[in-house]
Amino acid sequence: MLVKVIEFIGAIIERPLQGVGRIILLLYATLRGMLRPPFEIRNIVRQMLEIGVNSLPVVLITAVFTGMVLALQSYTGFKRFGAEGLVGTVVALSMTRELGPVLSALIVTGRAGAAMAAELGSMRVTEQIDALEAMATNPVKYLVVPRFLSGMIMLPALAVVTNIVGIIGGYMVSVVLLGTNATSYLRATWNFLQFQDIYSGLIKACFFGAAFTLISCYKGFYTKGGAEGVGRATTGAVVISSMTILISDYFLSAWLFK
Amino acid sequence: MIELRDIHKSFEGKSVLRGVNLKVNKGESLVVIGGSGSGKSVLLKHIIGLLEPDKGSVFVKSTDLSHLDEVRLNEIRKKFGMLFQSAALFDSMTVWQNVGFSLKRHTGMTDREIKEAAIRKLRMVGLVGVEDEMPSELSGGMRKRVGLARAIAMEPEILLYDEPTTGLDPIMADAINELIIKMRERLHVTSVTITHDIKSAYKIADTVAMLYNGVIIAKGSPLEIQNSSDPVVSQFVEGRAEGPIVLEGIDK
Repeated sequence: MLVKVIEFIGAIIERPLQGVGRIILLLYATLRGMLRPPFEIRNIVRQMLEIGVNSLPVVLITAVFTGMVLALQSYTGFKRFGAEGLVGTVVALSMTRELGPVLSALIVTGRAGAAMAAELGSMRVTEQIDALEAMATNPVKYLVVPRFLSGMIMLPALAVVTNIVGIIGGYMVSVVLLGTNATSYLRATWNFLQFQDIYSGLIKACFFGAAFTLISCYKGFYTKGGAEGVGRATTGAVVISSMTILISDYFLSAWLFK
Repeated sequence: MIELRDIHKSFEGKSVLRGVNLKVNKGESLVVIGGSGSGKSVLLKHIIGLLEPDKGSVFVKSTDLSHLDEVRLNEIRKKFGMLFQSAALFDSMTVWQNVGFSLKRHTGMTDREIKEAAIRKLRMVGLVGVEDEMPSELSGGMRKRVGLARAIAMEPEILLYDEPTTGLDPIMADAINELIIKMRERLHVTSVTITHDIKSAYKIADTVAMLYNGVIIAKGSPLEIQNSSDPVVSQFVEGRAEGPIVLEGIDK
């Protein structure tokens, strides 16, 4: 009986543990690949455009409306106890510490992470990854390293854009729609904002960029089973990356803002 | 040139290769035949180091692949050209970029020189004017030809063909067979082909080996294989459903 229980538990945890082990090995191979020439500059630039520049429109729209709704909600809530003057502070702190990095990471995961898993998954099932290896090209170095590096560089950049545009959105609603004094709104924004709020948010964004690219590449790289497998890999990449971003966000925040 | 000694390989507890021994001499054209799922592709991937055996050794030009680091293994791989079953062309690149991929990565040639070299290789496989097209715009037979042009781009000593005629109409399949013979005559390569197309095997092989139940059960000239008294070999080459070969999942 006891043996069966242990076997049952083992069968449940074997696959996730195998996955974690493979991700760690992939991370190791990626970090090693980053340090050794040839450096895939052309691939890195292409991925930076894909992850960063091509995500810009959707990130901008999300950021401006998030800033706007944040200002609107804070204003109507804070008005109940006469704290409307703090709306600018709430928008600035929320965007830089939390929403800028997390929202941009979730959006880019849904867009570029899914595309990454699908592309690498298709390459796996059509033997293109084997072909790379057969032509004496390390597929981790050629495919994963550029995506990983681009994620780490472009997500903080997108987070900066999200922060700025979100704060502008909050300003528009507060000053233009709700009639708050522009000078006092800007003073509320800057007076309580510290440098730590900005750089801690950017550290989080950098981590999220590394996490979603690694997970998406892992899911694509180990795809099995044709078109259905590619679909599963894509869904898995988005779900696991999003969960990782949200869970790690709590622990990173607890560490960075203690 | 190539030697496989006692190769064993399992996937998730399922034994695919159970002690394969095989030797390919310099300049020889060896064809490995066997049914679907018999482990032919697995065997081929061991020769170029894409898979590592659980037990046994692969020797290429007297070098044991299992003891090589990545850099040295890649040096050996540069001596190979491989045509994949589905051609495995890179979708994101044009035809000439596909053909010139190895040249771009492993030589100091300029893009212009690479394109010229790619056009020459494409001409060798009978393709003209397709260099700027994307792989998705080509037919199955053309894709295989581009795959072959890519395989010979670095002028390899050994060519590996994974099911070169599968999925092609009989005329195109025969044209690919002719190309394989032409490559051998012009480039003097050693080649290993895996296929279940017996007609193709007879046409391109010096030696035919049959893989069954994870081991090589017969090896000989095409004529010897054709006249084999082994019931498994004769059932396979004659393409009969009745016989000792167990078809997975089929109740006879």
